[in-house]
Amino acid sequence: MFAKLKQQSFAGKASDGNPLTRLLNSKYMGWVGLGIALVAPLIIATNYALNIMTTALIFVLLAAGLNIVVGYCGLLDLGYVAFMAVGAYTAGIIAKSFELPLLFTVPAVMVMTILAGLIIGAPTLRLRSDYLAIVTLGFGEIIRITANNLTITGGPSGIYGIPGFSIGDLDLDQPVIFYYITAIVVSLLVLAAARLSKSRLGRAWRCIREDEDAAEAMGIHTYKVKLLAYIFGAVWGGLAGVLFAAHLSAVSPKSFVFLQSALILMAVVLGGMGNMKGVVVGAVFISLMPEIFRDLSEYRYVFFGLLLIVVMIIRPQGVWPTRNREPERMEDVMDAKIVQEARA
Amino acid sequence: MLQLIWDGLFVGSFYALIALGYSMVYGIIKLLNFAHGDLYMLGAFIGFTTLTAMGGVTASMSIVALLITMMVSMLLTGGMGVFIERVAYRPLRNSPRLAVLITAVGASFTLEYSVAAIAGPNPRVFPIRLESDTLNFFGARITIAQLVLVGIAILLMVALNAYITRSSVGRAMRAIALDPKGALLMGINVNSVIARTFFIGSALAGAAGVMAGAYYGKIEFLMGFVIGLKAFTAAVIGGIGNIKGAMLGGMLLGLLEAFGSHFLGGEWRDVFTFSVLILFLSLKPTGILGERVTERV
Repeated sequence: MFAKLKQQSFAGKASDGNPLTRLLNSKYMGWVGLGIALVAPLIIATNYALNIMTTALIFVLLAAGLNIVVGYCGLLDLGYVAFMAVGAYTAGIIAKSFELPLLFTVPAVMVMTILAGLIIGAPTLRLRSDYLAIVTLGFGEIIRITANNLTITGGPSGIYGIPGFSIGDLDLDQPVIFYYITAIVVSLLVLAAARLSKSRLGRAWRCIREDEDAAEAMGIHTYKVKLLAYIFGAVWGGLAGVLFAAHLSAVSPKSFVFLQSALILMAVVLGGMGNMKGVVVGAVFISLMPEIFRDLSEYRYVFFGLLLIVVMIIRPQGVWPTRNREPERMEDVMDAKIVQEARA
Repeated sequence: MLQLIWDGLFVGSFYALIALGYSMVYGIIKLLNFAHGDLYMLGAFIGFTTLTAMGGVTASMSIVALLITMMVSMLLTGGMGVFIERVAYRPLRNSPRLAVLITAVGASFTLEYSVAAIAGPNPRVFPIRLESDTLNFFGARITIAQLVLVGIAILLMVALNAYITRSSVGRAMRAIALDPKGALLMGINVNSVIARTFFIGSALAGAAGVMAGAYYGKIEFLMGFVIGLKAFTAAVIGGIGNIKGAMLGGMLLGLLEAFGSHFLGGEWRDVFTFSVLILFLSLKPTGILGERVTERV
């Protein structure tokens, strides 16, 4: 009978908890978010507002990519913005030298970011996680300094006058149209990342995050799986770079400093590591922060550093962590519940 | 050639001083203290404030003023290190690694931007500069100031080494590094020893900050970021957690950089350094003097 009860509770596992939990776990939340994103330009459509909203969307994409690496797989990447740089520069250089619309550079960008992910991941993913953190920090610096020193990347002043998405007479670079393109691309990629976590690979990632040795013992090829997380993260970052290059029509090394990587990490942490819905909210919050905290101005980043510490001490899983635990742990909760119900 | 070696050793002694703190903390509680480089920056700014407060320093008094400033700065950065440990790291000592790493990033961020908010984001000019005569040593130009700074660095390192190998606190540190629980059972006050480790490591970083400020003459709030990375590289080269390794690694990294930037051009120096780090980590992660780490099952 207990077994039956357990099964039942399993089937209805989303329905437990208070109304707020249920609301936060609702699968319609994603659609609500997309709806808000699509309706927003109808409410305010000044160029300034559209600019901020597009930037926010690109930031959401970055956070979604980093969430694959940090949130799902538990690998701390402190140089994530490097992949965005690789994407933006590849797109910019190819588009400018062949006078192509940026859309056609996407395959090249994918190849380059996968390569970058392999170059940095392959030698270092055998190491312990804290070494990885500092190596990625160094890698981020390597990419930035390289971009600063090469002539092909335009040195410190970067590349400007990058053609946008427009194909022939079709003008896709108007702010509103561009915003909608970004919204669709970003929501598809965020959805894909969210679906990834439910796949076989996603489960392997979470196992590695929880206990790498146990995962290895269970037959997961941890090195390969970690490398895959890295590559997925890199591709997401690279695509964000393409959007970034198209949005600003210029890239320069100044956009890819450590501060950016730290802010993306902050979005993931504040949102709740591993929970894509939370990460989207976190990313929107962080990217709107300069507007929200105008008054704090100089102390903004101080406040953010403190927030990072406080969140980690109080909620090590993030503010809005993922709720679908692994079955074994769920069972313990259920057992406790059954005992409680039996007592009542 | 000799000039390159001397320059390398000179810069290397700074790296070694900072790497020591990194390595000590890592050796004892296996934590990458990202805020360590920022304590170096903090040291430089405290030195700047102290020197400005002391008013006009005559050139002849500059060495004495520098020593006093260094003492003040070491005390304050040491205190700051202990404070960070107490507030940000101790509550998380039993949590997953990822959480502590992220807190460390938060601590680094807080330090950097607090200084930026208080002292302003623009570079500041250090009130004294060590300008002195040049000695000619087999064709290499060596300034007296460089000699003094290297002397101070070596003195601090020798003192630290003696402290760790001779004193009872040093023994306690080594015991905790080997086995924290065992050390606790043997009656060692683990928390106070860890706090002391943070104090010493941070004080050394602060000293290096003042020295760098006095030598280069310019300080800014992001100066700790890259040097922290380099100190870590030095610690890894020497074998992280190993005190002598940190000194050796620092010197070696200084030399490597001097030669690297001579042959590749100065703008590639940092790229070269971080590539060395990645190469070292993938080929010999235990470093030159490090022992093989047995995996715990």
